[in-house]
Amino acid sequence: MKTLRIALDALLRNRARSLLTMLGVIIGVAAVIVTVAIGAGARISVQNQINSLGSNLIVVMPGSVTQSGARTGSGGASTLTPEDGMAIAKLPGVAAVSPVVNVRSQVVSGGNNWQTQVSGVAPTYTFVRSWPMDSGTFFTQNDVLSAAKVAVLGQTVVQNLFPDGSSPIGKTVFIKGVPFTIVGTLAALGQSGLGQDQDDTIMIPYTSAMQRLTGQTTVNTLMVSAQDAQSVAGVQTGVTALLEQRHRITPPQQDDFSVRNLQDIAAAASSTGAVMEFLLAGVAAVSLIVGGIGIMNIMMVSVTERTREIGLRMAVGARSRVILRQFLTESIVLSTVGGLIGVCCGLAGTGLVAILAKWPMMIPPAWIAFSVLFSAMVGIFFGYYPARKAANLRPIEALRFE
Amino acid sequence: MASVVNVKDLRKVYELGSQQVVGLAGVDLRIEPGEFVAVMGPSGSGKSTFMHITGLLDEPSSGTYEFEGADVSNLSDDDRADIRSRRLGFVFQSYNLLARTSAVENVELPMLYAGVPDAERRRIALEKMEIVGVERLANHASNQMSGGQQQRVAIARSLVNDPALILADEPTGALDTRSSEDVMRLFTQLNEERGITILLVTHEADVAAYAKRVVMFRDGLIVSDSATKVAA
Repeated sequence: MKTLRIALDALLRNRARSLLTMLGVIIGVAAVIVTVAIGAGARISVQNQINSLGSNLIVVMPGSVTQSGARTGSGGASTLTPEDGMAIAKLPGVAAVSPVVNVRSQVVSGGNNWQTQVSGVAPTYTFVRSWPMDSGTFFTQNDVLSAAKVAVLGQTVVQNLFPDGSSPIGKTVFIKGVPFTIVGTLAALGQSGLGQDQDDTIMIPYTSAMQRLTGQTTVNTLMVSAQDAQSVAGVQTGVTALLEQRHRITPPQQDDFSVRNLQDIAAAASSTGAVMEFLLAGVAAVSLIVGGIGIMNIMMVSVTERTREIGLRMAVGARSRVILRQFLTESIVLSTVGGLIGVCCGLAGTGLVAILAKWPMMIPPAWIAFSVLFSAMVGIFFGYYPARKAANLRPIEALRFE
Repeated sequence: MASVVNVKDLRKVYELGSQQVVGLAGVDLRIEPGEFVAVMGPSGSGKSTFMHITGLLDEPSSGTYEFEGADVSNLSDDDRADIRSRRLGFVFQSYNLLARTSAVENVELPMLYAGVPDAERRRIALEKMEIVGVERLANHASNQMSGGQQQRVAIARSLVNDPALILADEPTGALDTRSSEDVMRLFTQLNEERGITILLVTHEADVAAYAKRVVMFRDGLIVSDSATKVAA
């Protein structure tokens, strides 16, 4: 208590110097808080967008195959068929299945053309992706059975093919030269968690895509929707077992497909975010250490500058341990108060970024506690050496010091 | 009543690199309670070394030092600090007041280390400032006071623990003639009216003339003492 008072007196006598000394720690802690908040915010926004795809979603993709000794990457094999999808639909816990056939193509309507992703899907696709309509209707199971030439447009395609704002319903769009009648438009979804424009797409019946565009009997992906989050794992196992049986795969043969759920993908994405977060925090922590070295620097200068004061304090009866405690307390007070001010600055900065960048911000309370604790430790660590230097002064030499 | 200071064959040797410098070469001296002793001598005579050891700021190489009847020749740093805190007062040439600190807080400083309670500290400090006539300056910072006023505040600071001995190291060295006389009259008054024992170190004869007893040092030895009339 007595030491704290002596230290506070000494610090208050040199307000300007105390404030400048704290500046390094203030900036360091504020930097830690802001970077952690940005990192955590980024992670949460990615998580939210992935969740918006539908957390019950399971994606079945073809695996790799070996062609003349060279293995293709994942999705290289053409092994999934619409019949696989129909079989999966009968599994327990499955709410809906949609095959997806992807073709990139130049599309033309009236005087405008645009390159976009054409997806052959089933009518269940909008349910699987929880994707509402903007106008018109989605195509039906009958359209799939008859491989009808009907199309549903995403908003980006609507804007590029019909820039005058006229309704596209009933108009014709040419995909690879084949005329399709537009029956509906999809609501805008925005960017995906990975930065793709999800609205830059045209959907047609997968049968039409296979027969009229790709000429193949296989599909790129099977999108499976589980009834609820609890049944995702069971469905995943069921799909794997079913496809192994249908594709006649027995150990040690490798599966020619992969089954992933969006939870896994979300986890992968958020672990990337966590790595970024730690990286940023690491950089910020370096600036905190630099702030600590600043404290040590000023304390060293302070000890030299106050040598006579130390001599006097010793002459009037201060034990060297008391001098050590005084200087150590001074640096701990400086760094802790600096840390607290830094937290306030960091919170203010975080709020500002959140407002200006419309970026969701989140500061884990543990990081606030950690920053303050860490800066106090910086004070002890970098304050000890100067304090010991002060305590080891001989009183007569200190008093004689000019 | 025991002597305040009783040193026998006090020696101090400094090691400066490979060289040995003799500070004190065997000093015997007693100072009784109520004495006002001036220590004189040219620089290098050992008078400062003698004061540092007497003030328990330094320890002797050999010989014995009894302070108020107790042997303090070989105390630990902490024990010396405790005796300084309880029984000794210091007045320096350059006052050594804390900057940007009020006079009364400067006077209180030794009591902070002696663990005197807050209210008590302020009361004692003001009481001692009144004795030396600077109670009006209680809230002045050191840069708002003249040299003579600062030295008076420093003297008030040396009184707060009711010391057995005040050590004054060239207390007039930084003062003009008038302030010097002022400060010396204050010391004389403290000695005569309150019976405070004072050990004064100076190289000025007119300053030393205020003391009742003058001890001359040369080359680490006492060459004359007005009390015993040792021949030079």
